[in-house]
Amino acid sequence: MAGNFELLSEQGLRLDGRRPHELRHIKCKLGVFEQPDGSAYMEQGNTKVLAAVYGPHQAKGMKTETNDVIINCQYSQATFATAERKNRPRGDRKSLEFKMYLEQALSAAIKSELYPRSQIDIYVEVLQADGANYAVALNAATLALIDAGICLNEFIVACTASLSKSSIPLTDISHTEEVSGGPMLTVAALPNAQKIAFLEMSERFHIDHLETVIETAMAGCREIRDILEAAVREHLLHIGSAADWARVG
Amino acid sequence: MAYVALSEAEKTFILHGVEEDFRCDGRSRRDYRPMELETGLVSNASGSARLRLANTDILVGIKTEIDVPDPLTPEFGKLEFFVDCSANATPEFEGRGGSDLAQELVLALENAYESPLAFDYRTLCLIPGQQCWKLYIDILILECGGNLHDAVSLAAKAALHNTKLPQVTASLLDAGVTDLIISDNPYDCTRLTIDTVPLLVTVCKIGDYCLVDPSAEEEACSTVSIVVSVSMRNGEAFLSGSHMTGGGAMHRDTMRNCLNLGLSIGEQLNTLLAKVLKQEEERVGPKRPKTVGFLK
Repeated sequence: MAGNFELLSEQGLRLDGRRPHELRHIKCKLGVFEQPDGSAYMEQGNTKVLAAVYGPHQAKGMKTETNDVIINCQYSQATFATAERKNRPRGDRKSLEFKMYLEQALSAAIKSELYPRSQIDIYVEVLQADGANYAVALNAATLALIDAGICLNEFIVACTASLSKSSIPLTDISHTEEVSGGPMLTVAALPNAQKIAFLEMSERFHIDHLETVIETAMAGCREIRDILEAAVREHLLHIGSAADWARVG
Repeated sequence: MAYVALSEAEKTFILHGVEEDFRCDGRSRRDYRPMELETGLVSNASGSARLRLANTDILVGIKTEIDVPDPLTPEFGKLEFFVDCSANATPEFEGRGGSDLAQELVLALENAYESPLAFDYRTLCLIPGQQCWKLYIDILILECGGNLHDAVSLAAKAALHNTKLPQVTASLLDAGVTDLIISDNPYDCTRLTIDTVPLLVTVCKIGDYCLVDPSAEEEACSTVSIVVSVSMRNGEAFLSGSHMTGGGAMHRDTMRNCLNLGLSIGEQLNTLLAKVLKQEEERVGPKRPKTVGFLK
């Protein structure tokens, strides 16, 4: 099926009825659990992710020798998350790859100079996988880090983008679009600084299009950042309402 | 189990509370903590349920598959349990850290569901000796706040109730080969009867007394507990299995008391769960609350 499937209808709508630049519906919540230091739940369309943060705490085992902060991630996917049942929730190549990418992207966002010789654990659990799993996992991790009160340089947000056959860039790729072929680009960005912390691309397309696709993904990141920021503000007002923060300008 | 640090004084306090039938959170020895139950929140699974028992959070997803029945039991379908302890619950579960606990829970569930009187495996049969349903019951532990056995079994039962098996029609082809046609219509489905499906009740012995639904702190005070699996049949509670956990030992009389307590609690839990599931079923259309799952 790869490559011979048109992602965009003649009317300019995508398979799920979105316009090219539209994100899927995002819902998120901070502080879903009590045991972790920070936790968050995020839903982007049908992709649903839980993230939990433990730390900063003293680094364990052999890792104590360095002076820097150790960022330890785990990416796991529930066995019922995909249409086809998976046998193992973690430990497969894809999860290990995502774990590495998460560590990479989050190290760019965490103010590491504030946490010498300590370790921060970030655990991500994908409950339902419907495309852009890495991006949603990273966004959930960002929210969980904020809930844990860990200092970040700024929001680190990820978004995916693709290119339809008629060279129109598409934002936020769903699972059906992922498997229908076409290129896919994942960008994790620090939207305010306009910096890209992580970029991954699959399938080939002409380098002339790269600029527009990256710009599309960045625009998606900015949009998601605004949504996350609103969620964080609302959460803070909610938990702070006892202390009367709501009335503070 | 997630490690809880308790001092001697705290343990004594809990012990005295149990003796006076007034536990730290105000419950008596026979009371459960508040529970929240939701079904059908994983759209990729055939059936799903999420149960939150105070701080214990369980998500169960059930996937179906067509399989060949075991030659020894040609008329039976298959169930497979899988428990995953998410690292979200505690960092100890990272990597393979939770596999021991997961294995213990799987064994407890397999024991409880083993008897065909507890779970009617015949309902999962399609063509005797040739084709049957295999249900994968995947349990995800998202937060540990004590009493995992009870929570897991309640969630599994609710998810089984929520499971929709697509309608299957068989057509006979040449040479006696049967071809199964599975309906595409999501409303054209069969449901499982879960009346006899067992529930696990952990009866925990603290000091000289037995209690149900121990919190993580109370579990840390207990040396031994017994997990009783209770299956209902014609309005009567039957024991469908039991096993002991923990390093201690108990007297025979105490054990009999524990089993009786487990049975009577299991009966109550069963009726309560049936009631809640019925309510959940009726909450459709405009009555269904908008935010579901973890957004609450």
